[in-house]
Amino acid sequence: MSAGPYVLRVNGNDHEVPDAHLGESLLWVLRERLGLPGSKNACEEGECGSCSVQVDGELVCSCLVLAAAAVGREVTTIEGLAPDGELADVQRAFVEAGAVQCGFCTPGLLMAVDTLLDDLPDGGGDPDDLIVREAISGNLCRCTGYGRILEAVSIAADLRRGNRT
Amino acid sequence: MTIARTLEDACTALAEHPDALLLAGGTDLMVGINRGQVGFDHVVVIDRVDELRGWRREGDELVLGAGLTYSEMGRGELPVLLPALAQAARTVGSPQIRNAGTLGGNLATSSPAGDTLPVLAALDATVVLRSSHGTRQLALDRFVTGVKQNALEPEELIEAVRVPVLDGPQEFLKVGTRNAMVISVASLALVVDRAGRSVRVGLGSVAPVPVRAVEAEAFVDGAIDWDTGSVPDAAVDRFSGLVAEAARPIDDQRGTAAYRSHAIGVLARRALRRAFSESAP
Repeated sequence: MSAGPYVLRVNGNDHEVPDAHLGESLLWVLRERLGLPGSKNACEEGECGSCSVQVDGELVCSCLVLAAAAVGREVTTIEGLAPDGELADVQRAFVEAGAVQCGFCTPGLLMAVDTLLDDLPDGGGDPDDLIVREAISGNLCRCTGYGRILEAVSIAADLRRGNRT
Repeated sequence: MTIARTLEDACTALAEHPDALLLAGGTDLMVGINRGQVGFDHVVVIDRVDELRGWRREGDELVLGAGLTYSEMGRGELPVLLPALAQAARTVGSPQIRNAGTLGGNLATSSPAGDTLPVLAALDATVVLRSSHGTRQLALDRFVTGVKQNALEPEELIEAVRVPVLDGPQEFLKVGTRNAMVISVASLALVVDRAGRSVRVGLGSVAPVPVRAVEAEAFVDGAIDWDTGSVPDAAVDRFSGLVAEAARPIDDQRGTAAYRSHAIGVLARRALRRAFSESAP
């Protein structure tokens, strides 16, 4: 069944979706219809977090969002984190810490960490370890063992708060 | 597809399409849609209906909107007013799931493992159902009728859940293989009503529906020293055994019936000990 033509607002731009089926997830539409393959597709049941995006600023699994129901929402994907071509702070931090191995989980993790840093109060030192672990608990990484990812979060927090340049 | 903006919009759309899927957070429903296991002709999207969002206090009761997300259950005053619900919500899925999934969705799915259900059972929650024909209210044990079965009629949606504000400690405990992204093997909610001098216990994942441990409750109400807020060790043992007897668990891929009976007794002991200190000898 067709969902009719509809418009999704992704990374600040309106995208026409002309001929989607009603049952398509936001993840599917981003990747297959809008040419935004940064969000990764693995489990399609909300378990792995590799499709994480922000919808109206909240971190969600795009595989669990019905695309046609996201009309009128502001969707931010990994492609929108660094719109000017410079690396975003979280991206720089992951590079510096070597927190990337195969890279499949990285876009989802970056969205989760970006959301965490947005929600932290200004100032202060490293975010509490338990808070960080909870914030990334919905993002599975099968390569790194998470040590370097935690290190990257600490670097990213410093960058976001201006404690490091 | 209908993107409802008001409760009336949603009820009208449901009256026109009684077999429509209701979509709130999507955390259960989209899994089935992605697998091609859910057929549908119409979807009524209810995540933008203001009347379903948030919560309000009415005297000694809280009215929780069906669209309240798990994340919202842990914010602001709710963890103080309903600590067991906030604890249960924090054990659900991951931040991504908690930002999307809702109280109404947990009820509508009616899974034996639904994490908020033992809390709602312990609180004697009332489910408020709405359709274009009007409103009706059902006690939780009349609403959830079996494994993934409930009393929702085709044109109805869940509008809200009413629960009391109680004076007393509350606990929610859950056994699973890790702290995140886990479906419970056994779970228990314990709430204390100091004014009514009663303890109420709801059990999850150990029966087809959320159950109350009524014999254990009646026993422990009489064993607690309500003036000092303490209970003797022997009474904790007896309480733990009676809670385990209230469970009707099965073997499945997450655990055996024997393990679940043992675990629910351990949770009962732990929750009661957190709520009441040991009596002086």
